[in-house]
Amino acid sequence: MNKSAIFLLNIAAVSVLGLFLWWAEGSLDGYKIQILNLIAVNIILALSLNLIYGFTGMFSLGHAGFMAIGAYVCSILILTPDQKDTMYILGGAYEWVQNAQAPFLAAVVAGGLVAAVFGFIVGFPLLRLGDDYLGIATLGFAEIVRVVATNVSGITNGSLGLKGIPAHANLWWNFGWCLVTLYVIVRLLKCNTGSVLKAIRDDEIAAKAMGVNVFRYKLLSFTVGSFFAGIGGALLASLVTTIDPKMFLFTLTFNVLMIVVTGGLGSLTGSVLAGVGITVLLEWLRVVENPISLGSFEVAGIPGMRMVVFSLALIVIILFRREGLMGMREFSWARLLGKKGER
Amino acid sequence: MNVETFIQHALNSLTLGSLYALIAIGYTMVYGILRLINFAHSEIFMLGAYFVFWGVTLLALPWPLAIALSIAFTAGVGIMVDKVAYRPLRDAPRISALISSIGVSFFLQNVAIVFFQAIPRAVYRPEWMEQPFILGNVRILPITLFVPVLSVVLMLGLLYIVYRTKTGLGMRAISKDIETSYLMGVPVNRVIAITFGIGSALAAASGIMWALRYPQLQPIMGTIPGFKAFIAAVFGGIGSIHGAVVGGVILGFIEIMTVAFFPDLAGYRDAFAFVLLIVVLMIKPTGLFGARVEDKV
Amino acid sequence: MKRIIALCMAMVFAFAGLAWSADDTVRIGVFLPLTGQNAFGGQLELEGVQLANKEVNTVLGKKVEIVTVDNKSDKVEAANAVKRLIEKDKVQAIIGTYGSSLAMAGGEVSEKAGIPQVGTSCTNPLVTAGKKYIFRVCFIDPLQGAGAATYAYKTLGLKKAAMLVDVANDYSVGLSNFFKKSFTKMGGQVVSTLNYQSGDQDFTAQLSKIISEKPDVLFIPSYFAEGAIIMKQAKELGATFKIMGGDAMDNPEITKIGGKAVEGFVQTTFPYDPSMKDMNATAKKFTEEWKRTFLSKEPNVNAALGYDAYMIIIDAIKRAGKAEPEAITKALAETKGFMGVTGSTTINETHDAVKPIGLIEIKDGKKVYVGEVAPEL
Repeated sequence: MNKSAIFLLNIAAVSVLGLFLWWAEGSLDGYKIQILNLIAVNIILALSLNLIYGFTGMFSLGHAGFMAIGAYVCSILILTPDQKDTMYILGGAYEWVQNAQAPFLAAVVAGGLVAAVFGFIVGFPLLRLGDDYLGIATLGFAEIVRVVATNVSGITNGSLGLKGIPAHANLWWNFGWCLVTLYVIVRLLKCNTGSVLKAIRDDEIAAKAMGVNVFRYKLLSFTVGSFFAGIGGALLASLVTTIDPKMFLFTLTFNVLMIVVTGGLGSLTGSVLAGVGITVLLEWLRVVENPISLGSFEVAGIPGMRMVVFSLALIVIILFRREGLMGMREFSWARLLGKKGER
Repeated sequence: MNVETFIQHALNSLTLGSLYALIAIGYTMVYGILRLINFAHSEIFMLGAYFVFWGVTLLALPWPLAIALSIAFTAGVGIMVDKVAYRPLRDAPRISALISSIGVSFFLQNVAIVFFQAIPRAVYRPEWMEQPFILGNVRILPITLFVPVLSVVLMLGLLYIVYRTKTGLGMRAISKDIETSYLMGVPVNRVIAITFGIGSALAAASGIMWALRYPQLQPIMGTIPGFKAFIAAVFGGIGSIHGAVVGGVILGFIEIMTVAFFPDLAGYRDAFAFVLLIVVLMIKPTGLFGARVEDKV
Repeated sequence: MKRIIALCMAMVFAFAGLAWSADDTVRIGVFLPLTGQNAFGGQLELEGVQLANKEVNTVLGKKVEIVTVDNKSDKVEAANAVKRLIEKDKVQAIIGTYGSSLAMAGGEVSEKAGIPQVGTSCTNPLVTAGKKYIFRVCFIDPLQGAGAATYAYKTLGLKKAAMLVDVANDYSVGLSNFFKKSFTKMGGQVVSTLNYQSGDQDFTAQLSKIISEKPDVLFIPSYFAEGAIIMKQAKELGATFKIMGGDAMDNPEITKIGGKAVEGFVQTTFPYDPSMKDMNATAKKFTEEWKRTFLSKEPNVNAALGYDAYMIIIDAIKRAGKAEPEAITKALAETKGFMGVTGSTTINETHDAVKPIGLIEIKDGKKVYVGEVAPEL
């Protein structure tokens, strides 16, 4: 298949998605639109974690921390000074927080950038660590972010959180960002850098011996991943319209990790599919926790059952299908259309 | 701050620190042998506490029997967790077992929520535990004296097992090189199961002590102490048994004394341990006692 | 690739099915934390709602059905839960929730959709601020904080206060602020304010520090799980000051968990408690009905608020003459002197319930309702 054909097919696919969104916006109810939105955000988060862990082999458990940073930066920028005035009842916001204002697009980008800066700063000391130590240290970073966000009420409004955040994040924004994320990460992995990252994942020592500046590439991957985690957090904030430090617990990271592992470490296609599947599954699993009435006979819902099923699913996947849904395979037009071609 | 207040703070630190130490020993055992951060340790700790109080309140068992049964039962749970969730992953990349342990941790916690409900439950302590010894303005609870002693006794017991028994020899062999241990005829799976049994029994013991000190049970009670104790183990040098004890006690002192001397930082208390972790990992990843290789379990 | 996603989605939604809605039922949505850290409060309130539904299950000749969703003590879930109640279950009104931040997250959704929502025990003033469709059957924290301060300063004559605040909890932070404002305005002095974070179990460092400051009263605007432990540790460390708290300390288990340490503890609460001497008729009926249904469980104020929230909606539907969200909202706003379990309820212009502030003291290992206080703001 030649390049132009692939390009046209891609354009066609994006158009189909566009049509689907247009249809969804007009004819689906708000609850389903909300799920669609969550799907887009979860895909962004999963792609970014997959870049860090699946493609570069850095086991990071700090995703919730970067999401929190993105969410707070974006929310502070899109809330009006008047709104902040009524909200910050714990001694008021700092001057610069109070007056910070930006349009939505700039706010989301700012959220991503600040998260990326933190990723860079944290990455510097931590990325030298081995895998499980890195995991626990990044987890520590996420917890520190949460504790700081709880305490610096002049910036974050502490535990009261931010409320009434303008709900700009509609289907178009979310899926637009989703496509941007996908495009950037695909480009990154397609060029030389991608091969280097995979080499680092597969055998760091060998990569070092080949003269690769391993640390620099790791830092690059971690920073880009943090950037998109920040974007995901920013969109989530505008989607949920209210955030506080308690939202960004380890559970959030766990959910993203689950999507990445289910989809397949090192498969973007897997992350996208699992992003759809797991988000829908999480919603659908609520059924387990709701009372089910069979005629006049009522079965009480079992609180907590949803996470039991969910964590059990993770264990089963890790035990019996470690490579996840897609392994390391990627989707390609050539294979879909049954033609021989490069992957 | 006067002398009496300071002594009171020091005693508070010792109580909290020796509880961290108890939990940290269990982490360090498993990590020393399998290089696995057993996330489920904090849930095993929680189960151990629950079992005792079910035993005492529902089955009306006497305390010593309830404690013994709970420890046995929890050790069984630990061995089961290893068998089901970790053993199939022995040859997999290390992170797979770690992800599995995160899954197990969430699983056990939510099973506890399903079965025990999320409502905090009261713990009935024997009368004598509530009576502090009073010296001037300083108050010493019996448990303040008891837990450090217990930590040291268990530490010595473990050191004995590791360095003076055949099982301990197997443990040390596996931590050095698991493949070779297989070839040399070490019953690897059995030794690892015993390790999990001991580690979980320790988790149960510390869960019981924790619940006696902070008399309340909740399905999520293990998470924060678990993280902190793991950090204490890293600080002391992961894999080192006496390092875990020292690390735990020091972490207890850091937490309480920081609040005592800088009350404004009290809200940041949960972050102290994580800051300590990152600093330790940057400066000396092997921790305080981790450098001496023969000290590995 | 996108096409595959689109296909997947289309299939998923095809299976999702449409909400079936019939005209002969009125559906009231309930969103409460049944799991997570606020689960104990949510479960009690749900039981109250269910009891009320058992008692009155028809209105205007239609069957009343309650649809319950768990918001998992999580704000994202709370917003989701409310969306689902409105979109999928097509409810005409919503009850919820325990926990102000959850109520706000859900409230944003209800407000947008124009479905009335009645809060149970969410006491933060921001819950109803500037909202058309959000109401509550409880009083708000500024009144409660002032009530506690008034009682401490005026009735008990305590001049020096300390506070131990859960900095990770909006309720705690808000309430401590209102207490402090009111207490210092009267002329009292807050000698030390120390923080902790939800989930902490060791308060010895903070308490030792507070004891060395020698206050007359310690105000702990905590949830009861932590509050009980704080009191225990305070007693172990030899604290002799009075300890006071807010409505979130109300739990039947408090004396069980706290034992001797909670003796003398005073808390503000909504005006209902099984130990009340002169109950109104509704409260009497509720108490008896409760004891018949839940044999071993004491009734409590959270259940009472759940019960009242349901009954106030039914009352509004009756007055509106139809079960339309707009009409219910209008009728709710006009609620005056509705007799609930927690006394006479009038909805004011900010959609909050005007209620007296009750006080409970633990005497001889029992909760005793000692009366009401008029807060001085």
